[in-house]
Amino acid sequence: MAHAPIPPTSPIFGRLTLDALPFHEPILVATFIGVVCGASVVLGLITYFKWWGLLWRDWFTSIDHKKIGIMYMVLGLIMFLRGFADALMMRAQQAMAFGDNAGYLPPEHYNQIFTAHGVIMIFFVAMPLVTGLMNYVVPLQIGARDVSFPFLNNFSFWMTTAGAVITMISLFIGEYARTGWLAFPPLSDINASPGVGVDYYIWGLQIAGLGTLLSGVNLIATILRMRAPGMTMMKMPVFTWTALCTNVLIVAAFPVLTVVLALLSLDRYVGTQFFTNTLGGNPMMYVNMIWIWGHPEVYILILPAFGVFSEVVSTFSGKRLFGYSSMVYATIVITILAYLVWLHHFFTMGSGASVNSFFGITTMIISIPTGAKIFNWLFTMYRGRIRFELPMMWTMAFMLTFVIGGMTGVLLAVPPADFVLHNSLFLVAHFHNVIIGGVLFGMFAGINYWWPKAFGFKLDQKWGKRSFWLWVAGFYFAFMPLYVLGLMGVTRRLQHFNDPSLQIWFEIAAFGALLIAGGIACMAMQFAVSIRDRKKNVDLTGDPWHGRTLEWSTSSPPPAYNFAFTPVIHDNDAWWDMKRRGYERPTTGFEAIHMPKNTAAGIILAGISVAFGFAMIWHIWWLAAVSFAGLIAVGIGHTFNYDRDYHIPAEEVVATEDARTQALAVQG
Amino acid sequence: MSTTTPNAFYDGDRPLFHLPEEPHHPEGHSTMLGFWLYLMSDCLLFAALFAMYATASHSYGGGPGQHQLFELPLVALNTTMLLLSSITYGFAMLFMEQGKKGATLAWLAITGLFGASFIGIELYEFSHLIHEGATPQSSAFLSSFFALVGTHGLHVTVGLIWLVTLMVQVSKKGLIQANKRRLMCLSMFWHFLDVVWIGVFTFVYLMGVAQ
Repeated sequence: MAHAPIPPTSPIFGRLTLDALPFHEPILVATFIGVVCGASVVLGLITYFKWWGLLWRDWFTSIDHKKIGIMYMVLGLIMFLRGFADALMMRAQQAMAFGDNAGYLPPEHYNQIFTAHGVIMIFFVAMPLVTGLMNYVVPLQIGARDVSFPFLNNFSFWMTTAGAVITMISLFIGEYARTGWLAFPPLSDINASPGVGVDYYIWGLQIAGLGTLLSGVNLIATILRMRAPGMTMMKMPVFTWTALCTNVLIVAAFPVLTVVLALLSLDRYVGTQFFTNTLGGNPMMYVNMIWIWGHPEVYILILPAFGVFSEVVSTFSGKRLFGYSSMVYATIVITILAYLVWLHHFFTMGSGASVNSFFGITTMIISIPTGAKIFNWLFTMYRGRIRFELPMMWTMAFMLTFVIGGMTGVLLAVPPADFVLHNSLFLVAHFHNVIIGGVLFGMFAGINYWWPKAFGFKLDQKWGKRSFWLWVAGFYFAFMPLYVLGLMGVTRRLQHFNDPSLQIWFEIAAFGALLIAGGIACMAMQFAVSIRDRKKNVDLTGDPWHGRTLEWSTSSPPPAYNFAFTPVIHDNDAWWDMKRRGYERPTTGFEAIHMPKNTAAGIILAGISVAFGFAMIWHIWWLAAVSFAGLIAVGIGHTFNYDRDYHIPAEEVVATEDARTQALAVQG
Repeated sequence: MSTTTPNAFYDGDRPLFHLPEEPHHPEGHSTMLGFWLYLMSDCLLFAALFAMYATASHSYGGGPGQHQLFELPLVALNTTMLLLSSITYGFAMLFMEQGKKGATLAWLAITGLFGASFIGIELYEFSHLIHEGATPQSSAFLSSFFALVGTHGLHVTVGLIWLVTLMVQVSKKGLIQANKRRLMCLSMFWHFLDVVWIGVFTFVYLMGVAQ
């Protein structure tokens, strides 16, 4: 398929023919069979237990921020399995493809795998995990009953899912982009990539990007307008602060991604000259614009992880966070600087010494607020009564690992050094070091920390520790060799090598990937064992870690309305303050609570979006027109529904709260 | 945020952890802020298109440039249409505040007509350019011109669809709170597009021909 001409398009099926199904690729056929079997089992179980109605009513159409948050996390974890499978395949290929051995992946397949790996890990793993945590935690931390725009929240989630679905379809129908995760032209233009791969890339990201943008708007409005009385900006929990900054970054960065992908689409679909090499087009404009989105994106991912670590360190050291205001200002400074460094991704463009110096220096300056954060966490731990629970372990692993990744980042920020290391495995090692060691460890800390809040029981320690050690050791085995290889001059994205002396390093890296696979398996076991033993690990207090912020003041899992009475905040660490001053939970006087109604509009719109994206990818114009009209019709139709809220009756609130009173009494 | 003063959080010396009366977020109290945030993201969308145009505005690829293509009188007429539509939308809002449904609808209809003529003139300009061979495909300058101006036109078109929808909703449900909020949002959207157009008119047309 690599150099096949564009097949003539039929009016009914567009470019879609039976050849698009990968019968000739045994790996894909086996994967397909595996997916079909797995899906049949899951769907069969849901049908057997008659869960469809429950799923639809209580989850898919739910506008409860907690359920949407959990669904985001599930999406992220499922997509993580796909992204990690890609990683294992690449590690295996690179460990064996030396000299006469061509490995088992042909180049055009290998290229799709590294592209899909990058796109999936950033857009459909890291983003949903981060957004999911923010969705779940932020309203609880600020004492709110939901987000500002509950329907929009549901819609955002389903649009993200729609993007993931489109990306997954490419695995079995057609192909994915072979361009790398940012699809730079001219490689991604219609001449070099005539197939559907880049179109899958574009539409998957456009649809998911819309969801991300709207959820950014939603969370900013929520944080600015829905805080409980007394919670001034400088009394907000640090996680909420990082969420605010991240969403500011989302709202300010994602429009640029939308534009740059739209312009690339125009080049591909109607033959415009934005990023071509002819008639004045300029591919470097694409590179500039996509990194103007891409660099803030890095901070979009890491800031909430910083927030998680701040909550965890303070809770498990039993101390107020050291340097709260410096933490807040460091976060704000990083937010601003995130916009002033994009060019460091392509110093080699040749923009000259002054421009490169500017961007090199701004990049290095980012290490100052980041370093301040590391010291704040260290000083929080200093003379604290540290409890080595799983969230704290992930946090400490992060602090060690992230410092290494940060320092190699400063190294790369030096333009002359970057000219040597650009596009090398050193770079690959660096960004995995900060994304795994920072974002992913942060998400694992967050999952272990807030799981008891979401489900009412703690996660299993034994399997959690196994997972932790395998993950951390696996990370170092997998990525330290890449630093070495990068310094030796090995470039990224290679499918085959000639120099046999390099092989041992790739074998060590592959071994590391296997350790990580073990870590993932243990994590799956951790979830399974914890759910099985949920009675044993149950927590009735709602505050299993002696928490400090408001989410721990309500029950686990919290009721739909989060708080029967809106809390009043007097100090940072509001819940700690309440406990210290002998707060007593009210047990009478409950009233009806005003809440938004569930709606199916989000999932319907997202479903039509998948059809629209698919039609555009395959040039099935009639379907594109019909589905686009459908989107507008359903969207407008939804605005005719004025009946969007209801009251939870006082009796129901009383029943829920009485149950909690009893549970607390049993606990003693 | 509640408007209660911090003193209300104490009962004498004793801190209160719940207020005697539940603070209530009135429906739609974040809508204006949320819509502002959306408009700011839209503003960045246009910023990216302006940046694209700025870098490509002299990349003619051997084809025609601003001087040969732009007809300022036509664009001035078009600009007038859009500016007038903003004024008439303002009148609609004034009548909305007075609760006069009929007058509100009438001014909205006039706004729609001005908006539609703006789109009509723009389409005429585009077809004229394409007819002369200045197609979006012929140079990076023209690609970015059509993308920037076209995206603005697309926004106005969306605004028109929204306007008609709101007119139906106002005539069915009257000037209820939810509809007033929606009219406010569209008002911000409409004026925002006006501001963007002033940027387009100045930066693309006036400065393009003045050079």
